[in-house]
Amino acid sequence: MLLGKKLGMTQVYSEKGDVVPVTVVEAGPCYVTQVNEKSIQIGFGAAKKVNKPMAGHLKELKVKYLKEFKVGNAADYKVGQELKADLFKAGDKLKVAGTSIGKGTAGTVKRHHFHRGPMSHGSKSHRIPGSIGAGTTPGRVEKGTRMSGRMGNERVTVKGLKVVRVENEKNLILISGAVPGPGNNLLEIYKA
Amino acid sequence: MKIINEIEKAQAKTGVPAFNVGDTVRVTSKIQEGGKERLQAFEGIVLKRQGKATRETFLVRKIVMGVGVERIFPINSPLIDRIQVVKSGKVRRAKLYYMRKLTGGAATRIEEAEAKPVKEGA
Repeated sequence: MLLGKKLGMTQVYSEKGDVVPVTVVEAGPCYVTQVNEKSIQIGFGAAKKVNKPMAGHLKELKVKYLKEFKVGNAADYKVGQELKADLFKAGDKLKVAGTSIGKGTAGTVKRHHFHRGPMSHGSKSHRIPGSIGAGTTPGRVEKGTRMSGRMGNERVTVKGLKVVRVENEKNLILISGAVPGPGNNLLEIYKA
Repeated sequence: MKIINEIEKAQAKTGVPAFNVGDTVRVTSKIQEGGKERLQAFEGIVLKRQGKATRETFLVRKIVMGVGVERIFPINSPLIDRIQVVKSGKVRRAKLYYMRKLTGGAATRIEEAEAKPVKEGA
């Protein structure tokens, strides 16, 4: 697993000549900052400033983001070890997690894919949610009823993405399809 | 953005001729058939060019046995063997969608452009 930064999307040609939409991710270099019994902590990104407590933890490494990952073989890692994009190769299946784009207050049509009502013929129920429950029994709205509200800006994981190309010198991974979030988004990349 | 531009630039093909909407072009593409590769030509009028940089595509239309056939090619596709400009046309639109409604001779005819001074690059 690695931490990475989403750079944006473009398209490349496959060997067969097909156009493949890809997300370009700057993956690594990451550094192992701590080794625990069953997990390792990984740091990524150059930090401009490191405060005293952080500097004590990181020693010489100056990283911006820290993230702990569960691993089966934690003893195989050493503090300060460099992890780079060459962990992955073309054809690998990935799992990518990140923070999705915040959509603000969104209605039920956009947030929960409710159907909308007719737009004409006297209808006024264009995008309203409709009924939110029964009558006197139960006499309240069920917990967890899907309604409008804040959408996005939450952790999203996309599974089964494919690595199209890895550029080791630049630490770039080209992933087929889209990954969560806007450009410059911090991503966790796992081998699926 | 810089890195993405580099990735896109690396896919640019050289030797793509300059052509415009209204030109008649002959696109020779490679086709895989039963493990063998052969070439197939598609000749018609360019109705539009769209997209930027190396993502650009163009739409070619021709009439086959009275039926209009359109194909979209990515300009930098490795499957395109070569593009030849057969005729250059004189048009007043950027997108020639009106050609779809034309029948008979009008559907395949475009007034030929006078020889323009060739622009560098393009």
